[in-house]
Amino acid sequence: MAGVARAGRRGIPVLRSSFWVGLAGVLVVLIVLEGVARLELLSSTWFPPVTVVFETLGDLLGTTELWANVGWTLQGWGAGLALAAALAIPIGMLIGSFEPAYRAVRVVIEFLRPIPSVALIPAAVLLFGTNSLSMKVFLVAFAAFWPILFQALYGVQDVSPGVKESARAYGLGPGARFVRIVLPSTLAYVATGVRISSAIALILTVTAELVVGADGLGRAIIVAQTSVQIPAMYAYIAVTGALGWALNAAFQAGEARLLHWHPAQREEVRA
Amino acid sequence: MTAGGGAVRGRTYQALLLALEITVPALLLVAYAIWAAAAESFYFPPLGEIGERFAELWFAERLTDDVLPSLRRLAMGYLLCVVVGIGAGLVLGAFRLVQQAVQPFAEFLRALPAVALIPFGILVFGARGDSMKIFIILVGAVWPILLNTIDGVRGVDRGLLEMARAYSVGRWGRIRDVVIPAALPRMVAGMRTSLSIAIILMVVSEMVASSNGVGYFVLESQRRFAIADMWAGIVLLGIIGYLANLLFVQTERRILRWHRESKGASL
Repeated sequence: MAGVARAGRRGIPVLRSSFWVGLAGVLVVLIVLEGVARLELLSSTWFPPVTVVFETLGDLLGTTELWANVGWTLQGWGAGLALAAALAIPIGMLIGSFEPAYRAVRVVIEFLRPIPSVALIPAAVLLFGTNSLSMKVFLVAFAAFWPILFQALYGVQDVSPGVKESARAYGLGPGARFVRIVLPSTLAYVATGVRISSAIALILTVTAELVVGADGLGRAIIVAQTSVQIPAMYAYIAVTGALGWALNAAFQAGEARLLHWHPAQREEVRA
Repeated sequence: MTAGGGAVRGRTYQALLLALEITVPALLLVAYAIWAAAAESFYFPPLGEIGERFAELWFAERLTDDVLPSLRRLAMGYLLCVVVGIGAGLVLGAFRLVQQAVQPFAEFLRALPAVALIPFGILVFGARGDSMKIFIILVGAVWPILLNTIDGVRGVDRGLLEMARAYSVGRWGRIRDVVIPAALPRMVAGMRTSLSIAIILMVVSEMVASSNGVGYFVLESQRRFAIADMWAGIVLLGIIGYLANLLFVQTERRILRWHRESKGASL
């Protein structure tokens, strides 16, 4: 991200110029939006001035309602992601290292993976009810499962055979080889999978709240819209975006920190 | 993946793998069929019933009433993503200052789950028409294409560009003959991610605000407790997802053939 400090000439951290350019960009857009609303170029009921939205957001930040919504959303996100990881990492590693297992489930995977996770919303409602945590967790876990599974699978297979052979030559047993070599190498891939899945998990959580009406930010947005509290709607959208941004930034930072040693911290397809 | 070992062992081993690959899914299907027939569960109707409803629904007027509108929204939204993503990506990749200026907003919009913008889309475009759904697909699925295009443009070999300039190839010529081919593999990778997001957003936007479409149909069936209809719709969405991906991979193979060949590796 922009705004990373670096040591200045006299050891004082200075902000990169990209930070200031970005800040200028944000300010220009906000001022234009404010102007458009104030001049009534667009209906001001539907496009309230930015300052009004920020005021509403400020008020909301002091309420328990907003934080309760954030909490419910985070709960569905976290529980679903954790369940997906707990299933996908062992399964991915197993079918990645043992070909008969891979071949046995390949067709099932090829059949299940393309199902758009949201298509299962009605089935999840039917099985778990509309306002239950398990409904959210089921949907989130189904969607978040796949990226982690495939990353774990690739990670296991990407362990350099040379390294494995030399470990064997140095007399490391299968258990030690697994813990010292296979696991760390796979971990780097899994971390990327979890980060991608985290974004997907948030999408599914908010979708479940929006479509089905389970408690959380998604429901707050649509309730604000239907009760024509438009500034509140924008405020909740902004909070949802900030949450997504913060989660992604946290995962990226954690990943870079944990896995700086690993060559897999290299180019990847940006999802 | 290759199995080690000698040729003879290899052959029986391969046969064993193939047998596993066929029998396990078949066993699962049979197990479900037997269980569903015996359990008479309300939520999990027998396979035959789902198949029957599938044929009745999707090979009749529902095809034009629901399936075609869904596919139309998906196609238009996705096409718009490709055009906007590549167009904006080329511009932003070339002008660093502009890219830095819009970066914070882009990061925010990318992190925002696009479904959260559906209420906004309803306000602006209304709930009924296609434009709301196309808008949601655009704001949700454009990012992988845009970001990968920027990265691809950034990654173009400086030397190649200098050489093209030295041979006095014009700006458009450089973009067409140097930048786009070099960035194409990244663009295509982004387009693939984007496609599955677009399908998800098509379904969700139809579930929230629509009077037709497969997403609408599936949710509506559940509310009517027409369970076999609901499963038939879910299966159809799975098939749409599968076919869209298949079509994409086939096209990708054709477009990027030169790239694979020049790298001498299989992608």
